[in-house]
Amino acid sequence: MGGLSALSVLFVFLSYAVTTLFIVGFLAKIFKYATTPAPLKIPTTPAPTSRGGVAARLLGELLLFTSLFRGNKWTWIGGYLFHFALALVLLRHLRYFLVPVPELVSFATEVGIWAGVLLPITAIYLFLRRVLVDRLKYISTGADYFVLILIGLIAITGLVMKFSFRADITSVKEFMVSLISLSPVNIPMDPVFILHLTLVLVLMAYFPFSKLIHMGGVFFSPSRNQVDNSRDVRHVNPWAKR
Amino acid sequence: MVDKIETPELTGEIKIPKIEPGATSHYRPNQASEKHNNNLGFPGTRVENWQEKSIEKMDDLLSKYKSLLVYLDSCVRCGSCADKCHYFLGTKDPNNMPVARQELMRKVYRKNFTVGGSLFPVLSGAEDLTEDVMTEWYSYFHQCSQCRRCSVYCPYGIDTAEISMAAREIMDTAGIGQKYCNEILGKVMDVGNNLGLTKPALANTLEFLEEDVEEETGVPVKFPLDQEGADVLLIAPSADFFSTPHIEGFMGYAKVFHEAGISWTVSSYASEFANFGMFIGNYETMQKVATRIKDAARELKVKRVIVGECGHAWRVAYSFWNTLIGPFDFLDKKYKNPTHICEFTLELLDRDAIKVDLTANDNRVVTFHDSCNVSRGSRMGDSSGGQFEIPRKLIKKVCGNFVEMDSETIRELTFCCGGGGGLLTDELIELRVQGALPRAEALHEVMKERGVNTMAMICAICKAQFTKVLPSYGIDMEVVASLHQLVSDAIVLKGKVGV
Ligand code: SF4
Ligand code: SF4
Repeated sequence: MGGLSALSVLFVFLSYAVTTLFIVGFLAKIFKYATTPAPLKIPTTPAPTSRGGVAARLLGELLLFTSLFRGNKWTWIGGYLFHFALALVLLRHLRYFLVPVPELVSFATEVGIWAGVLLPITAIYLFLRRVLVDRLKYISTGADYFVLILIGLIAITGLVMKFSFRADITSVKEFMVSLISLSPVNIPMDPVFILHLTLVLVLMAYFPFSKLIHMGGVFFSPSRNQVDNSRDVRHVNPWAKR
Repeated sequence: MVDKIETPELTGEIKIPKIEPGATSHYRPNQASEKHNNNLGFPGTRVENWQEKSIEKMDDLLSKYKSLLVYLDSCVRCGSCADKCHYFLGTKDPNNMPVARQELMRKVYRKNFTVGGSLFPVLSGAEDLTEDVMTEWYSYFHQCSQCRRCSVYCPYGIDTAEISMAAREIMDTAGIGQKYCNEILGKVMDVGNNLGLTKPALANTLEFLEEDVEEETGVPVKFPLDQEGADVLLIAPSADFFSTPHIEGFMGYAKVFHEAGISWTVSSYASEFANFGMFIGNYETMQKVATRIKDAARELKVKRVIVGECGHAWRVAYSFWNTLIGPFDFLDKKYKNPTHICEFTLELLDRDAIKVDLTANDNRVVTFHDSCNVSRGSRMGDSSGGQFEIPRKLIKKVCGNFVEMDSETIRELTFCCGGGGGLLTDELIELRVQGALPRAEALHEVMKERGVNTMAMICAICKAQFTKVLPSYGIDMEVVASLHQLVSDAIVLKGKVGV
């Protein structure tokens, strides 16, 4: 890493460390979920009676938030737009990592800007719901506010780079690509970018140890991922003494 | 006693209340005695190192139950479940919001099992299992009837029932048992049923029923006990032998068997369908209780097992028996084992093996209360949702006037009666009355608007609970009916044998 500034060395180190933590932490969780037994059949019925039906049920939860839609339309609209915006923004960010930029990502570049604007708005909306609805206020923990603020700030610093203090995209991309190719170059000396990156690293480090793991949760939830066939097919509990 | 209870007013709609923290923190069931705990292999009284033992048990359960692990991790506090619990709607206590109930365990989980919780307890809402927290646990994990309504609305399917069950098992392990459940479980394992009814007493009851039905109908309908070689072993909740309107339903089953000419028997060894092992979340206990039924079926050399009207018990039978005590390869493979009595009767009606005269129920306008554990924890028939269609088809076959309650309160969205999950005990009567509020609202509406005078149901707990609490809302307990009571009134008895 000869020729790198001290600040660059710090960020290069942090980026690698946090990414490793993120991947290992996430995989460890998933591994634990996958290997913990489900002793009994507990799908919330009426439930699908085939594997294909279960796949459709899970896909509905993942892509449309079907159960949340049933439960609360106001939270659904906020939560759905928030996640939709987040997904588009993430997709758009691939253009800072990939050469050449794939077509799908170029498409997301256009929409992604608006998604970037939507993201902090929906984060504020969800934040306000937590403060204003008595039931939500009662159940919200510090961590719930923390994540919303964190993602909101990440979005805002991103927008600042796009619209007011325009960052030098070329050097940002050069830095990101250099990280991926394991031959790091100096970090662009742009304070907004450095702040943006720092916040993202905090989020990534926090991710596997927090409720953000919920994105994996739905696939492992026995009440959603089990087939309703207990009378026809014997489900075996691996730890039962018989 | 019931009239002194603070009964919520019926307003004509199910309203989401403003929260009133601590409103029901003083509701708590009686604790089990040393004997009742010991019966089930739990320490008799609270152990000295109860905190350590509890955390140890929690660790054990986290490694055994994917549900518990994933549910404790995944909740995002979105609040979708918050206003869905009948106990919250009826008591206004925010700890009765399913997510808040879960948080009582989640905060302890965070503190003891997560990095974030141990490093930043305040930020993440982590807490040790202190005396105060245990007091909350005992109170609020006994204000959950394990009805699974919350899980329908949760984006991750988080089922608070799983968490309540785990909490109760942890408490039992630490010597903090609940009297109602543990005492009853002792009886079923000792005598064979929740009532502690001995074989001679049971024989007497059945004899009395025989006389009763013959007197009323002139037809000698039999109520056989321990009859080896019968085709069918009937497993009914023991309340069916005694309580009203349960017993009317039980007579219905007997008439159906009689008319179809199918031999059947009750077992004195396994004279209980209910399985409170589920309520206390203890796998081994649940398995032990269920095993009696398997043993009885073997001993009596029956071809099939048919079960009576009971909600949580049908969940255990339909969803768990195959795992707990299966496979049923010693029974006749022609039949689904177990078969629900509603599946059985409807099938007979569909192929005209029994006859009914539905004008016999002309005096009734009937609605159907879907029992929570049947609706959200089991199925009937061959396709998804059969647990809703089959009882309705059956009612419509035996009665011409059927009316549905508000669509937000039936089928998979049904509200628990307020007495499920091991809470059907006198000292919790206030909770039970308040928890029945959503159902009382929906029922009252169809009584007023559509002239409904009968609410049929297929659960022993629902029947006992509603007959007790509906009068608090000014609704006559006569409204409560067993589904097979309607069958019993409409069935045409010809006294002929053989189909
Ligand atoms: S399972 Fe039923 S009683 Fe328990 S918290 Fe959920 S809705 Fe309430
Ligand atoms: S609906 Fe599920 S994720 Fe949302 S607060 Fe309730 S338990 Fe948590």
